Amino acid sequence: MIAARHDNNGWRKIKSALASVLSMCAAVLVIAPLGLVFFYLLQKGAGSVNWNFFTQLPKPVGEAGGGMANAIAGTGELLGIASLIGIPIGVLGGVYLAEYGTSTRNWWLRFVADILNGVPSITWGVVVYGMVVLTFKSFSAYAGGLALGFMMIPLIMRTTEEVLLLVPNGYREASLALGISRWKTIVHIVIKTASKGIITGILLALARIAGETAPLLFTAFGNRFWNRNLAEPIAALPLQIFSYAISPYEDWHRQAWAGALVLVVGIFVINVLVRFLTRGRTATVL
Amino acid sequence: MPPPSRFADKAFEWVTLAMALVVVLLVILVGWQLARGSSAAIQKFGFHFLATSTWDPVAEQFGALPFIYGTIVSSLIALIIAVPLSIATAVYLTELAPLWIRQPLTSLIEMLAAIPSVILGLWGIFVMIPWLRDYPFPLLKRYLGWTGLFTGPIYGVCMFAGGIIIAIMILPIITSVSREILRSVPDLQREAAYALGATRWEVTRIAVLSYAKRGLFGAMILGLGRALGETMAVTMVIGNTPQIAASLFAPGYTLASVIANEFTEATTDLYLEALFEIGLVLFAITILANLIGQLLLRTLKTSGARRAA
Repeated sequence: MIAARHDNNGWRKIKSALASVLSMCAAVLVIAPLGLVFFYLLQKGAGSVNWNFFTQLPKPVGEAGGGMANAIAGTGELLGIASLIGIPIGVLGGVYLAEYGTSTRNWWLRFVADILNGVPSITWGVVVYGMVVLTFKSFSAYAGGLALGFMMIPLIMRTTEEVLLLVPNGYREASLALGISRWKTIVHIVIKTASKGIITGILLALARIAGETAPLLFTAFGNRFWNRNLAEPIAALPLQIFSYAISPYEDWHRQAWAGALVLVVGIFVINVLVRFLTRGRTATVL
Repeated sequence: MPPPSRFADKAFEWVTLAMALVVVLLVILVGWQLARGSSAAIQKFGFHFLATSTWDPVAEQFGALPFIYGTIVSSLIALIIAVPLSIATAVYLTELAPLWIRQPLTSLIEMLAAIPSVILGLWGIFVMIPWLRDYPFPLLKRYLGWTGLFTGPIYGVCMFAGGIIIAIMILPIITSVSREILRSVPDLQREAAYALGATRWEVTRIAVLSYAKRGLFGAMILGLGRALGETMAVTMVIGNTPQIAASLFAPGYTLASVIANEFTEATTDLYLEALFEIGLVLFAITILANLIGQLLLRTLKTSGARRAA
């Protein structure tokens, strides 16, 4: 009897260990693509990331060399336009969710924001095409920036709300008790205390949309030259990577890998920066 | 000191409310733009649009069935691959892994989530597809060809490859949502099971997983929502052929990919309208998936709190 129970316990322990091993294998499989993508980006892209890549325009088909300077600048400009739309709306909306409103109303607003987050990115391209490109009869940097800006709004709104809720109520009460009005309390005390967290949210949103291609396909459209006018088509790094990747030219594939490496490194640098910032924030808030 | 200005306070509140309401406006805007952009196509084709499979821009015959089929099949393949892996990883991260490994592993998964779709697609075209074509696909064909799912010529680009790349795209979101769900399981549950002499895995299975079932289902549905709308990576590897084929080695097409590929080539108004209608269908199904997923997660939070209290 005792022996049987002992055996049974042994089997149970083996099962438990087996579950640990299997779930660890799953975890390894989940992160394997990260390692593989990074490995090939370095292997195939690193050799082509050079001075020309950052300073020159794309060369016509058949000519080797050239760079993606216009696409890098274009991504920067598009992110700038997107920020002008996404940051104020996102941050102020987040302020409302954290500081005002009834719990039912805010539940709905949060719910809608999360649903909006799940809208496929290509949909934003179609919508902005209908709104802007058809109206003004031209692809433009404005249209691309608007599509990216729309995507930023729910992202920033939710992170802003979360970090504002971390600010202790005592801060608000102390400020209001001094006779400072509510809006000044929010702007000067609450937002200021949470500013690192808000910036973190903004950076994460930028990192997220910097690699978006689908919303730009028929808004920003892409451009093989410098964009001189924001009302005209503009190049973007992800667009350039896409069109080079599906092209039949060996030299363009090489450039696509280089562009992908630069884009991923940029996005990862933002993510690391964010980790650095959040470390500071949790230290001060707690 | 003058009393704080009531007007400024009210104005600030209204401004922030207006900004918060932008999310509601955006949902309406998307629905309205897509419906407006496709009104003529909706009138012309009616429900046939969803039920016919001819996509012939030259003859102006538009049926979305191959795209709906491709979207659903590729997303299902992605779920079949990603759900077990993600949930097992979430279990590992919250229940079984040594403590020191949890944070770095979580960071790595967040980094995977940060890889843009187009870059995964680039890797898919030049690394994953050739490898799949040379090694796993011939094996699948030899040993599982009898199922009918793995037959026909192997081009590399195909429905199956599309499903795999979508799986990689949705692994991080299902993992991180599942992890949150598992972390929200009250420790009392675990302690009670440990007190009964359960092993670590038994605690996980009995106390944690059965408690978190609904939330994990919600995580899966959210993953499905992402999978349905995934665009760039899948466009680059699925083969972009509007057909309904039983074999997963045959090229396919998805709703999102056809928009990405053909939108700027739409030469006639009706063609563009049809693509807008594809966008409307895509929007409708992703909204539905997200609604269900979010509702599952939210109702869970409240009922979980009640049960824990």
